[in-house]
Amino acid sequence: MLHTVNKSPFERNSVETCLEHSKNGSAILLIEDGVYAATAGTRFSDMVKAAMGSKTVYALKPDVDARGVQDKLMDGIQLVDYAGFVDLVEQHDRVQAWL
Amino acid sequence: MSEEEMMEEGGGVVKKFLYLNRKAPIGTVYALESLEVVLIGAAFEQDVSMIFMDDGVYQIKKGQDTKGVEMKNFSATYRALEMYDVEKLYVSKESMDERGLTADDLVVDVEVLDAAQLADLMDDQDVILSF
Repeated sequence: MLHTVNKSPFERNSVETCLEHSKNGSAILLIEDGVYAATAGTRFSDMVKAAMGSKTVYALKPDVDARGVQDKLMDGIQLVDYAGFVDLVEQHDRVQAWL
Repeated sequence: MSEEEMMEEGGGVVKKFLYLNRKAPIGTVYALESLEVVLIGAAFEQDVSMIFMDDGVYQIKKGQDTKGVEMKNFSATYRALEMYDVEKLYVSKESMDERGLTADDLVVDVEVLDAAQLADLMDDQDVILSF
């Protein structure tokens, strides 16, 4: 399953709820304000880092760049462009969007 | 009019206006709307302050490049605020800390205040506009 999250973890609990309710081996794609969850040194970094032990966490690069957090990304975050987003959708049987 | 209220040169009243910014810059239109109101308001020669707290601190994060999302990049405009005599910029220490940000990460010079200091600052205003 591919999960997408588009809300800041500080603004909504979407990232946290997604991580708590996704199976091991899932792909988590952070988009729009969700990319703030991919940054280091935040209140949520440990939670995301722990999730990366059993899930793959991606962030959409255009959204990362737009927010100026390209210099803050945690180790282990996989960056994808729009074509990579399409590839992820194609590679997984279903997509669950956490709004 | 109270005796404490200052007069501007044209004879009008100068009030303390605070713009409180709590939203991330791009996901919603709040940040851009706030900035536009600040710039319009600056023409009226009021005593303007801005606070960035919660996800609002991301509004002034360095390095924003919106080419890939094909949206307007207005982050450079914050650097122009001082030309409009908008120079009282404050950020929340707690908001910065929980996001792993420091003053070096920001496009403008700011004063970092803790929650109690921000409460005093807000209590000192005539008008607070919240975005």
